[in-house]
Amino acid sequence: MKTIEKEPLFHVIKRSDVSIGKSFLFRAIAIILGLIFACLVLLVITGANPFVVIQQLFAGCFGTPRRFWTMFRKLSLLLLVGLALIPAFKMKFWNLGGNGQILMGALTTACCMHFLGNEGFPNWAIILIMIPSSILVSVIWAVIPAIFKAFFNTNESLFTLMLNYVAEGIVAVFLSGIFKSPTGSIGIISTGHLPAIGSSSFVGRNDLLSIIVAFVLLGIVFAYLRYAKHGYELEVVGESQNTARYIGINVKGVVIRTMVLSGVICGIVGILLAGSINHSISTATPENMGFTAIMVAWLAKFNPLSMVATAFIITFFSRGMAQVQKYYEITNDSATYIFLGIIYFFIIGVEFFISYRVVFKDCKFIRWCNKVNKSISKAFAPVGVFFTNLKNKIIKVFVKEGK
Amino acid sequence: MIFFTTILPSAITIAMVFLFGCTGETIMEKAGHLNLGLPGIMCFGTFGGCFGISLVMEIFKSNPDNASYILLILAGIIGASIFGALGGLIYAFLTVSLKCNQNVTGLALTTFGGGFADYLMTKVNSDYFSQASKIIRAHLEFGDSFFGIVGNIFLGQGLLVYVALILAIATSIVLKYTHVGLSLRSVGENPATADAAGINTTTYKYSAILIGSAIAGIGGVFYVMGFVGGTFENSATIQAFGWLALALVIFTVWKPDLAILGSIIFGILFLLPRYLVGISFITMKLLNLLPYIVTIIVLIVTSIIGKRSVQPPSSLGVSYFREER
Repeated sequence: MKTIEKEPLFHVIKRSDVSIGKSFLFRAIAIILGLIFACLVLLVITGANPFVVIQQLFAGCFGTPRRFWTMFRKLSLLLLVGLALIPAFKMKFWNLGGNGQILMGALTTACCMHFLGNEGFPNWAIILIMIPSSILVSVIWAVIPAIFKAFFNTNESLFTLMLNYVAEGIVAVFLSGIFKSPTGSIGIISTGHLPAIGSSSFVGRNDLLSIIVAFVLLGIVFAYLRYAKHGYELEVVGESQNTARYIGINVKGVVIRTMVLSGVICGIVGILLAGSINHSISTATPENMGFTAIMVAWLAKFNPLSMVATAFIITFFSRGMAQVQKYYEITNDSATYIFLGIIYFFIIGVEFFISYRVVFKDCKFIRWCNKVNKSISKAFAPVGVFFTNLKNKIIKVFVKEGK
Repeated sequence: MIFFTTILPSAITIAMVFLFGCTGETIMEKAGHLNLGLPGIMCFGTFGGCFGISLVMEIFKSNPDNASYILLILAGIIGASIFGALGGLIYAFLTVSLKCNQNVTGLALTTFGGGFADYLMTKVNSDYFSQASKIIRAHLEFGDSFFGIVGNIFLGQGLLVYVALILAIATSIVLKYTHVGLSLRSVGENPATADAAGINTTTYKYSAILIGSAIAGIGGVFYVMGFVGGTFENSATIQAFGWLALALVIFTVWKPDLAILGSIIFGILFLLPRYLVGISFITMKLLNLLPYIVTIIVLIVTSIIGKRSVQPPSSLGVSYFREER
């Protein structure tokens, strides 16, 4: 019997490299498609007018100075959590425990504010004590799974995931047992606030501190990953542990050291959340940023600079949707999550088309498509050049700072 | 004595929520897919099952107390598995076909599933859910008459409990003793080798994820109909069970037959704080932590032992692309 091998309709090959312009174009298309699709879903289930939805999205982020500063602050916090995660992710250490690490930091801060405040400590003393202690607790929370990963190869993604819920439980214990609050929230703590920046008429005075901290740490983490020996080492560990050992890198040390860094940054986020923004603590304090930041970091391909863009996109949609919900008087957050979920699916899915190429069986239609494709890439070449130049400029600025 | 008459039977009931989720997730993880979308998928299932049940109750509107038992159970199972599998399909398409990162896709699915259930559950006609739940939870008739307490504990449950037990045992037999199970495990351990051996990895991964999600979906509707009595508060409660089911997978070292025992332990740990009289609020909150802490300890101990049979599938969480290396 003769078997005839039929050529499959299409096959997939890995792209060797993609120009920045093209990958930018792909992502933009994905976001627009996702937006259209999400708007259609909203139209079907709630009857919301898509044009009004888009208008409200912008209104929710830029409508008033207050909303603008809130959006900017949420963007910075998300960026910070992303910065905490990427060194570990580059090392292929899947830290899903951002929520827990932030929560432990925030809890320590809240404890310092509450108890030291009750003891009558002055504000500056409370702040001086709470910053190192919160960072320390966060670091301990982050380092526990790292130690077990380094010595026993314990699965870190499951470990860190479980620690989130342990942290939530500990906060619940503190709230009900130690702060004596049966309602599960302790209200505003009046002492130990981090300083607000700017005059009292300035609407963003409570937000500016987080924004400044985020952009300072952005520079530091960027430099750490690109120019420090540590950054190189953790990348080698991520690529191949055997190679790392062979060239004399202390793999265990690198794993633990990197998670210390993660813990420090998560601790800072916790301090900002409890000390500068909420002045309070609850199990929902991290606002699920530990998970959202995973998305942010991964979409940015673990590049700190691109993370500004991805964090902006996600913050834009979630803040905007909050406004859309208010506009349409939807009481629970369901519409936001549906909307965000759809957008996520599109921006996650497009990564495939960026790193792989689908080759179809040769036929007339495909040849025509290729022609169109070529002319489109030609048209968008200037965009790519623009972004390459921009990137080089940004890098130059950071190099100067570093020197 | 209260333990055997009150706590254990309801612990076994709640345990089945974990067991459905755990069996589903184990199947997926055996195919090498760490599905963090499990909480979302259980939300999908909750909506699907409740939707199916609301359709059935529509038929019996005039006499909701005498709705058909079999029809309700079937509607719940079919609705939940279809919607669970739909959620799984999104995940499978993104992670198997488009080779996207599994953690990220799973978290996105959890976000989406929560919103999906929260929104659509407000649209489902839940007027007769309490009657439906009462019928679904009805004990099998032969249960109470046998062996006193033993009968009450082990034979006095609703039909869905036995569905969960059978699914878990069947899964464990298929995984352990059949050719299909061997192939599935090999796909999860080393997809490249499995592919070279002529196993269609894509088909296996897709079927594992779809079947697993369908089973997990039933867990969601079981919680609403089989345990709490027909009220849906919000998706967060279902998601909490989803995360615990994920923990249970680790706790039972990827073995669905052990998961039966494990889920009952989780059920007891989950319910214990409600039944202990005179404990302080703090102790209650601390007891709520136990399932997670126990899971972490199991995770650590199994990794220290390092025996192959208690390890996660080697390529867990890694998307497979044939032409890579």
